[in-house]
Amino acid sequence: MTSVHVSDIEPQDVLIVLRHPPHGSHWLREGIDVALVAAAFGQRVGLLFQGDGVYALLEGQQSGALGQKGTHPQLAMLEMYDIDSLWVSAAALSERGLSVDELMLPVKPLSAEAVAELIQAQPHTLIF
Amino acid sequence: MLNYALLVHGAPYSHQAALSALRFADTVVTSGHRLVSVFFYHDGVHNASALMSPPQDEVHLAEGWQRLHQDYGTQLLVCIAAGLRRGLLSADEANRHGLASHNVEAPFELTGIGQLVDAMLNNDRLITFAP
Repeated sequence: MTSVHVSDIEPQDVLIVLRHPPHGSHWLREGIDVALVAAAFGQRVGLLFQGDGVYALLEGQQSGALGQKGTHPQLAMLEMYDIDSLWVSAAALSERGLSVDELMLPVKPLSAEAVAELIQAQPHTLIF
Repeated sequence: MLNYALLVHGAPYSHQAALSALRFADTVVTSGHRLVSVFFYHDGVHNASALMSPPQDEVHLAEGWQRLHQDYGTQLLVCIAAGLRRGLLSADEANRHGLASHNVEAPFELTGIGQLVDAMLNNDRLITFAP
């Protein structure tokens, strides 16, 4: 998997880091809610999927046995809010046997070093 | 002097996050900085419960937050979406939803996520306390 070069990273106004899977807690939904509201306030918002947060990008995150709503419909709204700077930790993907081709959105994989530089380059980072 | 805002994700007493946030808040104001607002989100909304009744020999978190408001004018902002689904309602909201009681009272205010974005953009620092 080729990772994005750090020089390709465009700084955003806000970076939202999503580290929780779509089910089992409300972290992911409430993190995405902040991203959508910040974008609605005219901020350039970037999303970084890290750790189990990468599971949010798998197709078909609908409500299931756990009775939670699922985050697929929320993620489908990102484009409408002009949130198109989407990054994913390459290590988090490969640790889980996933590749970018399987994901529902066009995300750019980042090496661990690039993740650190991405966070450094943002004026504001919120971690969920 | 810096302007600070805090974002609290941790429920009171379940995790260290809320107590750490309050201790940090006290240090901010006693160090000559300004604590403009505290935004309670995720499970942190439970910090706003007027019914919080910890044993007397434990720190009373809700009173701690209220003291910051009284002494330093810190705004205590509670995310309305996160609060409603967890049962944190003001008298107005309880009325709107046809419920018999409420547990969010001034100086805590139910408000939208826009206020969090505002706190992030308009202060020198926004510090997150999460479990």
